[in-house]
Parts: sequence; C-alpha cells; structure tokens
Amino acid sequence: MCGIVGLFIKDKSLEPELGALLTDMLVTMTDRGPDSAGIAVYGNNTNQLAKLTVQSDNASDDFATLDTDLSEAIGVTVSTRQKDTHAVIEIPAAKIAEARQILSDIRPNICVMSAGDSIEIYKEVGLPKDVANRFEISNMSGSHGIGHTRMATESAVTTMGAHPFSTGADQCLVHNGSLSNHNSLRRKLIREGIHIETLNDTEVGAAYLTWKMQQGSSLGEALESSLEDLDGFFTFVVGTKDGFGVVRDPIACKPAVMAETDQYVAFGSEYRALVNLPGISDARVWEPEPATVYFWNH
Amino acid sequence: MQTFDLESHSLRELNSILHAQKDDTNQTSWEVINARGSHAIAVGLDAPIEVTIKGSTGYYCGGMNKQATINVHGSAGPGVAENMMSGTVVIEGDASQYAGATGHGGLLVIKGNASSRCGISMKGIDIVVHGNIGHMSAFMAQSGNLVVCGDAGDALGDSLYEARLFVRGSVKSLGADCIEKEMRPEHLEILNDLLMRSGADAKPEEFKRYGSARQLYNFDVDNAAAY
Repeated sequence: MCGIVGLFIKDKSLEPELGALLTDMLVTMTDRGPDSAGIAVYGNNTNQLAKLTVQSDNASDDFATLDTDLSEAIGVTVSTRQKDTHAVIEIPAAKIAEARQILSDIRPNICVMSAGDSIEIYKEVGLPKDVANRFEISNMSGSHGIGHTRMATESAVTTMGAHPFSTGADQCLVHNGSLSNHNSLRRKLIREGIHIETLNDTEVGAAYLTWKMQQGSSLGEALESSLEDLDGFFTFVVGTKDGFGVVRDPIACKPAVMAETDQYVAFGSEYRALVNLPGISDARVWEPEPATVYFWNH
Repeated sequence: MQTFDLESHSLRELNSILHAQKDDTNQTSWEVINARGSHAIAVGLDAPIEVTIKGSTGYYCGGMNKQATINVHGSAGPGVAENMMSGTVVIEGDASQYAGATGHGGLLVIKGNASSRCGISMKGIDIVVHGNIGHMSAFMAQSGNLVVCGDAGDALGDSLYEARLFVRGSVKSLGADCIEKEMRPEHLEILNDLLMRSGADAKPEEFKRYGSARQLYNFDVDNAAAY
C-alpha cells in the first residue's frame, strides 16, 4: 500500500497553513502504511542561505557543537536549528558540497536528508502523527509540500528507507508501488556519477529523475521518460524548488485522487486525505490518468 | 427517512443497522451523511431498502449488495458495487478503478466516468456508464452487459468470455479475442431497457456491440504447442 499526500499552494495567503494541512492529510492516510513517515516542505527562503537538513540517531551528541565545528572547518559561519533527530544547517549554497564532505568526516553518523534553497525533509520510523509531532510540521509554512506514510516492501524499515527521497538539490520524490528494475538501474546511475545511499527502489526512481534533469530535461520531460525506463508499479509525486508533479505507470493500480481550486492543487492516495481542505466541496476532483504527466510550476 | 451521521457514529454501527433490516422492514429509506470518503459504506446489504449517501465514498461502497438500492451523491472510490448480487447502485459522480468487479447481478449506474478495469470479471451484473471508461475494462468478463455512453480506453474486453459490451463512442483498442459484432434486434432491446432504467440520454442505434471471438477460451488443437 503506502499513502501519499501532496499540496501545492497557489494562493499565498494559504502558505502559513501548509504544514498543518499536510499533517492532517498524512495522518488520515496512516492505515495505508504505518511503519515510517516523512514530509518534505518547501519553505520560503528569507536570508539567501541554502539549507542542509541532516539526521542523527544520536542527535544530542552529534548536534551539540555542530555549528561551531562546521563553521571552523569550512571557514564560513553557519547556523543550525535542531528539531528532535534532525537539524537544518543554514549555509551559503556554494559551500554545500564541501560541508557534506566534511560532515562525513567529523560526524560520520549523520545522514543528509536534503539539500537546497528551500527544501527541508523530515522522516523517521513511526506513525505519521508521531513523526509530524516530533518535527512540529504543523507549524511550518511553505509554498508546497509532500508527505508519505510507508508500508515497506523493497527495503528495510529504517529512517533512510522512509520517503521522501532527495537525490538532487531541492528535489524530492515519494512513491506508492514497487519498481522491478531498480537494481540494474541503480548500477547504471552510479556509473553515471549519481549518488545513491540505500538499497531502496524508490531512491532509484528519485535518482533517475535527478539524472534526467541534470542532462537538461525539465521535470515534466523527466517524468515522461520515466514511463519508458522504469519497470514496475508506481504512483509518484515529486517536488522541485518551484514545481510539483504527478505520474502513474500505465497499469495505474496504485490509487490517486487530485483536487484543484484557485487556492491549491492537492494530491491524495484516497479522497479521504482531501476532505478537510478548504473549499474541497467546490474543487475540481479527478483521478489522474495512467501514463500521463501532470505538473505545476510557481 | 432514517438519517445516519458517519461523523458521530462508526461505520460498523451503520453497517450493523443496515444488515439488521429484514425483507419486511418498515424502515425502507436511509440517508448517510458525512461520508467523507469512508471505506465499505453499505456493504453486504440484503433487504429491499433505499440508502442515499451524501458525499463521496472510499473503497468498496455497496459491495456484495443484494436487493438494496444505493445512491451515492458524490464520487465512488475503488471497487464500488464489487461482487453485487442484485439490487441497484447509482453513482452520481465518477467511479474509480474496478467498478462492479465480479458482479453477479443487479444494475450499477455511473453517471460520470469510470476509470480502469470497470466490470473486470463481471459474472452477470449490468453496468451502465454515462461517461467514459478506462483501460482493461471488462477484462475476462463472463456474462452480463456493460454499456458505455462515452468512449472506452485501451484493451477493452481482453480475454472476454460471454459478456456483451456496448460502446457509443470510440474504443481506443480492443483486448485479445474481443471483436466488434453485429447488433441484432435482441441486443437493441437489451440496450433500450438498460438505457431507460439508468436514465441515460442515448439511443440504442448509436451503439456498437463488442463480444468474444471465442478463440481464446476454446481449446484449439493448433494451439497445443503453446500449452
């Protein structure tokens, strides 16, 4: 199973409510997959700095002097804000690659959840309501966001096996389904220089889109080519810095419902996830067609 | 009219009350409010009652229905009226995948569009869709009638047995062993009856009939090497 939700806000006055709306949508989908949950939020960037979201199972030790240690190592002052097992490091975009390299030396137990100008990813093992509470997702504002609650099939139930997966700056992907050709595709993408961390099938899907976009494809074009190159069952919802996309495989057995109003575009694995959205009774509600790419840009 | 609010009462309470209705019940008219996409609403009914559901429903609404008339004032999630035996289910909006799957009898009317696998493995149910249907509809359908006033998607009637398929619009592609067939007077009569009973604004003469070429499910000695 797995449950997916997504919300792309068109009316700026709704942005402060993004986290609360997404949390409610995701909690409603709990019974589609109760083993781990995650949310990607694209927040507004006010201070020109990029964000590196990291996770540690030993957060109190790893994060205690992280800002001073990292600042010293890269020669630029960085600030961190910790939320439970995660921390967001605010850092100049040009220093991200160097910081990731140094982090793997000075904090080998830290995992990078996401990097980019606006994305923050929070994910852990546990129920959506517990994961959302730990990271205070309800208080977050943003322009768009994606959530996932997992029923694991293709890899272990771990923090790094939870969705969303981010394999490129400001990119993320969540998936309901299972890919059959992920092992061969993983090998190919690694040869192409794409960094892949886990044995999870979905991460390969995300890395594939990253690779396509690195080669010059738009999000829409990358999704189109995924229909050719990915084998298996998938309903994908993807986010980029200013875009939001949906695609289902040609068989389309993994459920999907979308709704659009003047204020937002919303995605849910089921209609239940959408019922508390403002103005849903007057929204255009439809089931996305198989093998058809949908995407929206700010 | 009995009104049941799914916000203040549980789904299990609703279905127990509906299951408790006997053939001679005086409470023949029920309204369910705040459906909010819940699963399994009015599943397994077996009494001549009318149930009107306000709002859209989730998985398996009206599944296994016998005798009851169920109206959904909204859209229906996957598997609506799955394995229906008799009675009527009417969806005012759209229906998600595998509507009417494996149905043995009764009438399922979808006033909007139905998505993929509509009428998959149908075994005697009549399904009338006022709009379009998605791919792989009537896959392995065994008997009954599927009427589509709009267009049909890819692979219509793949591996079909003896169900009759009537489509007014275009068919994107036919599945294995499904062919267009002659429309005879008895078919126009069946269609006329189903269109009238389902309130569809269409004339029987506007439809084409599709059915099984009967090459796939009969043993053919020339195919022996393939087994």
